[in-house]
Amino acid sequence: MTDLYQAQRAMRRMRKQAMDRGVIAILDVGSSKISCLVLRFDGIRPAGGVEQIGSLAGQSRFRVIGAATTRSRGISFGEIHGMHEAERAIRTAVQAAQKMAQVRVDHVIACFAGAGPRSYGLEGQVELSDSMVSESDIARVLAACEMPPIGPGREVLHAQPVNFALDTRSGLVDPRGQIGHRLACDMHLLTVDAGAIQNLVHCVKRCDLELAGLASSAYASGMSALVEDEQELGAACIDMGGGATGISIFIKKHMIYADNVRLGGEHVTSDISKGLHVPISTAERIKTLHGGVVATGMDDREMIDLGGDSGDYERDTRRISRTELIGIMRPRVEEILVDVRARLDAAGFEHLPSRQIVLTGAGSQIPGLDGLASHILGRQVRLGRPLRIQGLPQSATGPGFAASVGLCLFAAHPQDEWWDFDIPTERYPARSLKRAVRWFKENW
Amino acid sequence: MCALIVPPRDPAPSRWAYRLERLWLTPLFRKAVLKGLPLAALMAIPALWLADDTRRADLAAQIADIRRQVETRPEFMVKLMAIEGASAETDADIREVLPLDFPLSSFDLDLHEMRKTVEGLDAVKTAQMRVRPGGILELTVEERVPAVVWRGEAGLELLDEQGHRVAPIEARALRPDLPLIAGEGADLAVAEALQLIAAAAPLEQRLRGLVRIGARRWDVVLDRDQRILLPAQNAVTALERVLALDEVSDMLGRDIVVVDLRNPARPTVRLSPDAVEEFRRIRRLQTGATN
Repeated sequence: MTDLYQAQRAMRRMRKQAMDRGVIAILDVGSSKISCLVLRFDGIRPAGGVEQIGSLAGQSRFRVIGAATTRSRGISFGEIHGMHEAERAIRTAVQAAQKMAQVRVDHVIACFAGAGPRSYGLEGQVELSDSMVSESDIARVLAACEMPPIGPGREVLHAQPVNFALDTRSGLVDPRGQIGHRLACDMHLLTVDAGAIQNLVHCVKRCDLELAGLASSAYASGMSALVEDEQELGAACIDMGGGATGISIFIKKHMIYADNVRLGGEHVTSDISKGLHVPISTAERIKTLHGGVVATGMDDREMIDLGGDSGDYERDTRRISRTELIGIMRPRVEEILVDVRARLDAAGFEHLPSRQIVLTGAGSQIPGLDGLASHILGRQVRLGRPLRIQGLPQSATGPGFAASVGLCLFAAHPQDEWWDFDIPTERYPARSLKRAVRWFKENW
Repeated sequence: MCALIVPPRDPAPSRWAYRLERLWLTPLFRKAVLKGLPLAALMAIPALWLADDTRRADLAAQIADIRRQVETRPEFMVKLMAIEGASAETDADIREVLPLDFPLSSFDLDLHEMRKTVEGLDAVKTAQMRVRPGGILELTVEERVPAVVWRGEAGLELLDEQGHRVAPIEARALRPDLPLIAGEGADLAVAEALQLIAAAAPLEQRLRGLVRIGARRWDVVLDRDQRILLPAQNAVTALERVLALDEVSDMLGRDIVVVDLRNPARPTVRLSPDAVEEFRRIRRLQTGATN
């Protein structure tokens, strides 16, 4: 746990360095595409030197100077399974983005969808030594949260304090400086498979880059696709990617739950490919151009050329109606949505005050998906696109880039996590020099 | 068995291509290549060319040749030297110490050095040199004016007011207009000597000269071998005292050999032996008369 703490703190230092240098790269490692954005920070510090959200939700402070997307290889279900292939894909994306930005990037913040995320809610409470809550008290209450058994081979990806309670008052966002006796906190802990993280770290290192942060792509797309009041009142963001569908639930501007369904657009494509006996690339093209989930009478008359170059005239001139295509796609999309529904139910989503559901990700562009989703998930469903940030090319503004844009916001203004606070003195081993130094620091 | 379908080209850059691209995007490296490399090449070409000894010598010879061509253009040539303000002998002396071989390029003239040489001559007080348009080296000389004749160990010499040697002279009679001084170190006190001579103007007809004694004080020598011994300090005042005495009692017209004022508080007079005899005789007469 201390290793993780140190590793995450090291990444935060990297991010700080990158901010000082002014250039940082964003890497969204997805199953169907890898996108890389290069951000330039103009060094506009808010007054007082305190990082806080400024105008335009803090995104006026950076602009995108390079963007590149490449078809991903060696990645399935949002996890790396072919190291060399994945490394080459990352290299392609990074090089193209660098070329567009005309600047060398050394620090990268990455996100990925898969690796079996699991959410835990932790709580901890401490008696305040002083009647006023100080920074070290927050560190103590975070450290007092009991670590759940996350299992072997798991790693903590996010550990965010979600809620603070002081005596009888709950729902505090920032209890510092308030008066009370007993401080309690709720923390959201997201764990993922350690192997997936290690693979990604290794790939990034092989590309001569320094990792300055890691995030779950479900969290990142929630940051960009949910508008502020949805984040505040409670909403779920469903990021329908290529190999995996991410789910994240937000309330009070904090993520309280994240999960992942290992189904995505690629499964729809493979269904089409199998059902129609066409190559994957043709299936992908047909899905993108003619796909849908709700059949109408008009679709019976709309015929689609399947094409092909097998040399067999009968085979190469096959035509299907759009209804047939929809008939293949719909069960798979329904399956995905039903799985999502099951996860949301397991998370207790129906107890949230506002049960808004936002569909984003490239898979959400299937026509008629919002109607189907509202049948399965509930009434309040909308299609979300990532918010606009400066300098983002038009080609990268679609819902498929929700995670990339969210990661930009994450890079510009990361939420406080457990490792942003110092370890309280009591947690150091006795007789440690560090402990002595800390004791002096706190008492003088 | 070979593959029927050629796999699509992998768009990924190789590891080295990727590294090179990143290196190229490094600002310092980029600057070094874009600016440093051409600069280095630009410097390397002449450096390599000049690495050969004969080429270097050739280049130096060419440069010297061009320089010579420019220097020997008629505009820069000096054809003659004009000396102003110098007497005939000084003129000859100057031409002797400046062995210039006209025509001559003005670049070869070291006016500063030449001026020093000319001013090194005894007879020249100051000299100014310039090259006038038209190729004339103009030399304006101010000569030293001899003020006294000095009879020193090396013979007769003319000195100016500062005691600087002007020219040797063969006989005193060649410059009867100048006063004569003699003795060791007399040339160092010419100014005082001139003051004394000026003060001794009433005795001008009788003055033979001044003698420096022991390099510290003056004797005024008059005709009839009369001497006025002056003190080392306030010599002019002492001489004026003597002159006042002379005016009142015609002291110097009498048969006195030496007027000694070396101790100003106790002036002493030495009579000639004849005068002493005469003085004693008169004394005796007076004594006898009274007796």
